[in-house]
Amino acid sequence: MAAPGKETLLEWYRTMVLIRRFEERCAELYQQGKIGGFLHLYIGQEATGVGIVSALRKNDHVITAYRDHGIALAVGMDPKHVMAEMLGKRTGTSGGKGGSMHLADRSRNFWGGYGIVGGHLPLAAGIALKARYLEQDEVVVCMMGDGATNIGYFHESLNLSAIWDLPVVWLVENNGYGMGTAVDRASGQPEIVKRAIGYGIKEGPRIDGMDTLAVHDAVSEAIAHASKHGPILMESLTYRFEGHSMGDPERYRTKDEVARYTEGDPIGRLRGYIIDQYKGAAKNLEAIEQEVVKTIAEAVEFAEDSPVPTYDDLVSHVYA
Amino acid sequence: MTEKSITIREALSSALREEMQRDERVFIMGEEVGVWGGTYAVTRGFLDEFGARRVRDTPISEMVIAGSAVGAAMAGLRPIAEIMTINFAFVAMDAIINHMAKVHYMFNGQFTCPVVIRTTTGGGKQLGATHSHAPEVIFAHFPGLYVAVPGTAYDAKGMLKAAIRDDNPVLFVEHSTMLQRRSAVPVDDADFVLPVGKSDIKRPGKDVTIVTYQKGLEWSGQAADLLAQEGIEAEIIDLRWLRPLDLEPVFESVRKTNRVVVVEESLPHFNVGAEVAAQVMDQAFDYLDAPVKRVSAMDVPLPYASNIEMMALPDAQKVVKAVKEVL
Repeated sequence: MAAPGKETLLEWYRTMVLIRRFEERCAELYQQGKIGGFLHLYIGQEATGVGIVSALRKNDHVITAYRDHGIALAVGMDPKHVMAEMLGKRTGTSGGKGGSMHLADRSRNFWGGYGIVGGHLPLAAGIALKARYLEQDEVVVCMMGDGATNIGYFHESLNLSAIWDLPVVWLVENNGYGMGTAVDRASGQPEIVKRAIGYGIKEGPRIDGMDTLAVHDAVSEAIAHASKHGPILMESLTYRFEGHSMGDPERYRTKDEVARYTEGDPIGRLRGYIIDQYKGAAKNLEAIEQEVVKTIAEAVEFAEDSPVPTYDDLVSHVYA
Repeated sequence: MTEKSITIREALSSALREEMQRDERVFIMGEEVGVWGGTYAVTRGFLDEFGARRVRDTPISEMVIAGSAVGAAMAGLRPIAEIMTINFAFVAMDAIINHMAKVHYMFNGQFTCPVVIRTTTGGGKQLGATHSHAPEVIFAHFPGLYVAVPGTAYDAKGMLKAAIRDDNPVLFVEHSTMLQRRSAVPVDDADFVLPVGKSDIKRPGKDVTIVTYQKGLEWSGQAADLLAQEGIEAEIIDLRWLRPLDLEPVFESVRKTNRVVVVEESLPHFNVGAEVAAQVMDQAFDYLDAPVKRVSAMDVPLPYASNIEMMALPDAQKVVKAVKEVL
């Protein structure tokens, strides 16, 4: 696979830094009581999200669970409107009615974040069925956490994708824990890709989910496979640096373990790679970092200044 | 307009066939819908007529039947997903309630979800506790979903076509013991479509208002015949849809009869009768000359033995008794 050029790498870097700064700001706003409900941060998993989205072809689709901010930003949703959704404003991407877990952008083929573990897997199958039904060359990348692989939806959806030959990349973002339960405490077969054999679908790779280029390449290959040959199951081995959601006491892992992973920060790795490849790129990276700080400040300002939803918003879109 | 007497089964088949002929995006998926021809023979011949692309047999996987229908509908198709009996819809509850009914709202209208779930309801066939529910009212609890409960061939055809053409998700509930019931149905009008959410006066009367649907129409009709012999004229209102729930004709009827009996096959706690009684009190309290009376199944799981199963279900005599209590 051709190595990405400098512009592409800088764009990936920009998106990853944007996600990181966005999430850090969300954590602060949550602590200030400006963001309510659940808040699941994507910090540490940026390489997986950006690697996946960068691999999508023009008409491909992506759908994910509730840890969805990173995907929303990666597909190009405006941070202003995403932040407004966090703050429950009517300028939010779901008009303030969805919140952190329910970001989506139909125009970008991002079919949303979903709050019930595994609940979006059959939706992915249905979106892929549309492509098969209309004979369109479109692939659905269905992201899920490792925790989603133990609910019945996983079994039913992978099996249906096999018998109906649906173009889906079932992509497990394996961050080691389903909430606080480690994968090997929750799964009889902790090497999740091996389950593909049981469904008669392609067993894809387990990739280093902290390496943006590796994720991009592997997902590109998986999309090519799904397009021609049907479903594939793959894993991106990643790690969330923060708790499952805000207020997680993190009794299930040690500080040493977290420190080991943060040393391999995916943003630092991409930064190092770019500087190695391109002399003088450091100044580009710094410019990006400053630009992102400004973008986030503008997003927060926009969100804070936006109006809250109204009674009319409350009662609209119950029915089409 | 030509009308012909056909069964509910034939009405359902013709509605499905006409809508599939009209719109290429409409397709059928579910357990045994294709090769078998539908466990109630509603889709017999469809596989040959429309092919395996549009008549899709699924594994016994209700979660993904309902959930993939949601995804396909969001993406632009118009799935008719069959859940063999409503008892199995419990397995798909999350897909139906948390996803089908909510994707339009929670993403602020970005997606629509034009799914029809066809399913069968009802007890009285000695199928035991897990296969004898009439729990459609549970699904009517949730905004975002419509619930259709046709009780005649005419309604079955016009309502199914309406459900398929509507952009909202519809749980379309057919009664498993009524598929052979006949009534006159327009046969030469491919656009015979009844409105969503309209109840219907099935029998006019002045002495008592019986609010019911589906199997309750039969018990109430028999009861009305018995009552007529004693000079009591019952008005029977068929709800036809549990959501949208159209009670205007009920309020109007109460102003005339001053008495209401609600008849249904579901269980007594938090049932249709409870909702109707509450709304009648709210809208027509001053017109009531007696408390609203409910006739429903008894508050037990349905047993196997026929004599006690029938004991647990409503019948015409129970309706007559309830009517006499409010007169």
